[in-house]
Amino acid sequence: MTEIKTAEELNKKYLREGMWPTIFCNGCGNGVVLEYTFWALEELGWDMDKVVFVSGIGCSSRLPGYINADGLHTTHGRALAFATGIKAANPDLNVIVFTGDGDCAGIGGNHFIHAARRNIDMTVIMINNFIYGMTGGQLAPTTPFGSIATTAPYGNIEHPFDICNLAKALGANYVARWTVTHPYQPIKSLKRALQKKGFSLVEFLAPCPTAYGRRNKLGDIKKLWKWYEDHTILLEDYERIMSYGSEEEKEAMKDMFPIGVFQDIDKPGFFEEYQKLVARLMGKNNKKTAETEAVIKK
Amino acid sequence: MRYKRDPKKIREVLGDKVQFVLGDMACVYGGILAGCSFFGGYPITPASEIAEGMARLLPRVGGTYIQMEDEIGSIAAVIGASWGGAKAMTATSGPGFSLMMENYGFAVMTETPCVIVNIQRTGPSTGQPTLGAQGDMMQARWGTHGDFEAIALAPSNVQECLDFTIEAFNLSEKYRNPVCVMADGEIGHLRERITIPDEKDLKIINRVEATIDKEKFIPFGVSQTRKSKVPDFPVFGTGYHTYVTGLTHNEKGFPATDKQKDHEKLVKRITSKISDDIDKIVKVEETHLDDADIAFVTYGASARPAETAMELARKKGVKVGMLRLKIVWPFPEKVIYKLGKKVDKIIVPEMNLGQIVHPVKEAVSGNCEVVSAPKIGGEMHLPHELLPYLGVK
Ligand SMILES: Cc1ncc(C[n+]2csc(CCOP(=O)(O)OP(=O)(O)O)c2C)c(N)n1
Ligand code: SF4
Ligand SMILES: [Mg+2]
Repeated sequence: MTEIKTAEELNKKYLREGMWPTIFCNGCGNGVVLEYTFWALEELGWDMDKVVFVSGIGCSSRLPGYINADGLHTTHGRALAFATGIKAANPDLNVIVFTGDGDCAGIGGNHFIHAARRNIDMTVIMINNFIYGMTGGQLAPTTPFGSIATTAPYGNIEHPFDICNLAKALGANYVARWTVTHPYQPIKSLKRALQKKGFSLVEFLAPCPTAYGRRNKLGDIKKLWKWYEDHTILLEDYERIMSYGSEEEKEAMKDMFPIGVFQDIDKPGFFEEYQKLVARLMGKNNKKTAETEAVIKK
Repeated sequence: MRYKRDPKKIREVLGDKVQFVLGDMACVYGGILAGCSFFGGYPITPASEIAEGMARLLPRVGGTYIQMEDEIGSIAAVIGASWGGAKAMTATSGPGFSLMMENYGFAVMTETPCVIVNIQRTGPSTGQPTLGAQGDMMQARWGTHGDFEAIALAPSNVQECLDFTIEAFNLSEKYRNPVCVMADGEIGHLRERITIPDEKDLKIINRVEATIDKEKFIPFGVSQTRKSKVPDFPVFGTGYHTYVTGLTHNEKGFPATDKQKDHEKLVKRITSKISDDIDKIVKVEETHLDDADIAFVTYGASARPAETAMELARKKGVKVGMLRLKIVWPFPEKVIYKLGKKVDKIIVPEMNLGQIVHPVKEAVSGNCEVVSAPKIGGEMHLPHELLPYLGVK
């Protein structure tokens, strides 16, 4: 079905004309996530007239601007709430949110919690670069313990939180984490996430050489990208070690990020439930049902 | 699929033509009559009844009600819904209105039609949650950062809660700007008789949706199909591939954050699209102004005791009139300037320590005395409390 074979052809189809070049630095992971998303969309063959991209504020949140589709670049942290309204107004639209770790897990944490809990039909792609990139490298809720940020100049004494575990606990239909350095599983995973009804989250660990890598002495761009390969482990392996491994092996997991699919279930999405409600209340031929009569009389 | 307003179904759901309802409920009716199909809200006294009414009625007409996680999310969802092609509203009071301010500005900057009903109470902070006031009149005008024009209506009775909510939708659709219905707790929690207007008497304005050739379409310039500074609206999902951002943007919608000219052009267009039309938007009600020496300038609940005080004073031979602002923002400067030339004294009763009295003074430009008649603490003025301002014992 797909005729597109090269990244060049892909970009020609999906990139918005006139917005090039991007604001991204050399070695930034954001562009790679965009590329993976294009591949996933291309494999799905979706009509781009019916896809809406939503984002908050941050480097990662600039992605919708580069896509040849409707895009809503909103306020810092609030993308998921805006996205909820779009989907409500027209459930036929496919709503995809690009958000950063600060945007999603920091200032937008509560919107994230409730969109996931409600199982709102959307796919959230969170790009976690461990830092507030756009504003120059301040502490994020995902910054690893001990890391340096401009606002944690002596090393971070806070504990980062794991958005995938949070989403899983909230009952999101699909939750996965990958890094930008592994192309194949992420594209497959994105495809699956996009096809899911209800809430899906794909987190990407992505390098920010400018505001994180450099300050934390993670080496040049090549070394930094390698860091992600060295510090990730498949979720199955991670869980096996945490259950059956020796103390030493477990200790070694402290600096590792498990990647893979954290959850894949099929609860009806919010709008499916809502449509059921509407059907129930409107009754046949728009006649009031006994149930609505009872509520009205109250 | 997008919502389609169905007048028959709406009337079936709203029920009897004449009803005895709360001001809050009248706002619900007004919204649904106007074609509102999305409500995102968060409970807060004295506005919760609007969310409750919407939760009860919206699904029955095929619209969507969602209780959001807070007021920031509520207005965000409302703006999103508007881009999805719905007429959308939220309702709140002081603390929630404060939380909405950032996205209120986002709606201005992105030219998103939407309605915010504010059943005002007082502050600072949590203040008196169950009592009414007019605490946010200036916040509606200046509450978000940057340059903008506000549109705000102030109902003085329950029928106006219904009528003004419809009007708020009309103005927001026409000018592509958020519009506030600045009711107060007194009116929101007042129960009065209302008449639901017949379909043939309803005036409903819908945004002009983009229909022109996609290649030629300019999303953030003057309209390409009408003589208007308000661009046609490219509903998401209709193939226009519009990029909508709160950043300063050029006519194409692309970020132009470091360009002085683009910023000036954009902000001057989105402010002048309203200020150019001020004479058309302004709506005031004049009572006994022909022979008046003293005039009340009022709005919202405070118009009610002022009206009684005016009648009492007239019985004693003091020539008092009243100018009631049905639309407070944009401010009816010309009307008030003329009034200032005509009367000796203007009294502005407000349920705050003096907010609208300031633009009144500015408009009067020293042509007559302007006196603030404030009352705070969650009680309305009593008519006799206003008499001393009129020189009546
Ligand atoms: C309300 C508000 N507070 C603060 C900011 C400033 N700000 C802009 S981007 C940003 C951090 C973004 O971090 P993240 O979401 O991780 O995105 P990244 O740039 O790292 O991709 C902040 C704090 C803002 N725009 N709005
Ligand atoms: S600051 Fe970091 S996240 Fe932002 S563009 Fe540069 S590398 Fe990417
Ligand atoms: Mg970040």
